[in-house]
Amino acid sequence: MDVGHGDDWVGPLSAERDGVLTRWIGLVGKVLRSRLSEAELARELGDLYTALLGGLREGGTDLDSESFGELRALLAELSGTRARQGFTPRETAITVFALKGAVAPVFEERDAAYHEYTRFSDFIDELGLFTFETYAQARDAVIVEQSDQLLELSTPVIKLWDGVLAVPLVGTLDSARTQVVMEKLLEALVETGSRHAIIDITGVPAVDTQVAQHLLKTVMAGQLMGADCIISGIRPQIAQTVVSLGIEFGDIITKATLAEALALALRRDGFQLRRTNTAGGR
Amino acid sequence: MSAARWAGGPAGGEVTVEQTERHPITTEADVVRVRQVVRGLAVTAKMSLVDQTKVVTAASELARNTLVYGGGGSMTVDIVHSGRRRGLRAVFVDSGPGIPDLDLALTDGWTSGSGLGLGLSGSRRLVDDFAIESSPGAGTTVRVVKWSR
Repeated sequence: MDVGHGDDWVGPLSAERDGVLTRWIGLVGKVLRSRLSEAELARELGDLYTALLGGLREGGTDLDSESFGELRALLAELSGTRARQGFTPRETAITVFALKGAVAPVFEERDAAYHEYTRFSDFIDELGLFTFETYAQARDAVIVEQSDQLLELSTPVIKLWDGVLAVPLVGTLDSARTQVVMEKLLEALVETGSRHAIIDITGVPAVDTQVAQHLLKTVMAGQLMGADCIISGIRPQIAQTVVSLGIEFGDIITKATLAEALALALRRDGFQLRRTNTAGGR
Repeated sequence: MSAARWAGGPAGGEVTVEQTERHPITTEADVVRVRQVVRGLAVTAKMSLVDQTKVVTAASELARNTLVYGGGGSMTVDIVHSGRRRGLRAVFVDSGPGIPDLDLALTDGWTSGSGLGLGLSGSRRLVDDFAIESSPGAGTTVRVVKWSR
């Protein structure tokens, strides 16, 4: 790595701190517009600038060295927050790259200006790339978090009646989700002592052989626990597709709607549904 | 040695292509995207809800085959016109180990893996035209067309 003379820059950069910061804030503010208050931006960039000078003062321009620890932490924090707040990669990167434009006038007045400025510019590029990398990592983390949340969210086990549980499935049923559904359902069966489980697939857009296989496994596991399992929410287009595919659900009970499945479960438990007052009827 | 099985096939006539997209299939997430892309195009081709669901399900099966048995590959999908008919054509290509016995692979319930053994034979029933070409060591190509009624 380049172990150049970072401390050469410290003098002029500290002397012109106010001017550089004002230009930097101006350049970044123009891109971020109203998404960040000027006071907030001034504080952020001020901290960055202080950490940058602190690192350069120790000599090197090697971003990986210990002297830049604080700067790296600040940049990581900044790009992480930007990623979470939904800033674009461009908006995030410009925060660092705009520093080039802001310091250009400082170098113009020095000897060997072009050479030095190029070196400084390379250093800023390093900073920019580092920022971008952490930005991407933060974004990936957000995506993983969201898909985990979705996995949790989309598989509630609902108690419909004493002894009757329902799992409404929504979206794609892959192996990971089937595992979650199965575990939750089996746990709930034990916890509530329920005898009936209804798996509702109204919200599943397509039932291919893999989805069917997952459903069959879940139902079998439920039956092994002594529960009666019903699959409901089979819409006409799903029924036709399943038949064409040649999938056989065997002796598993299926119903078109959740209501019918509930009615069946209740009947099996000896309940009788009767309307006692015809006044509200049609 | 190469084998091919053709079922149906557009009844002669010229086929014109309207819109072509190519999608890689290298992860499980790609299979999900394939389903979404195919559903979008099926809607564009004005298919009925049943036909949409059928072609999406077939694409899902074939994409998973490409991924699981072919070791990854791609899908090329387009909207095709033949005379007054409009349809959706999808071609799944992988360069995996190939299928040594196509007749066996197209038999209901037969699988070399752990699935139900209905993916290939089932998706043939879900579409209107179905063509498969495969030779050991040279990968597999499956071409399907679903016409909107």
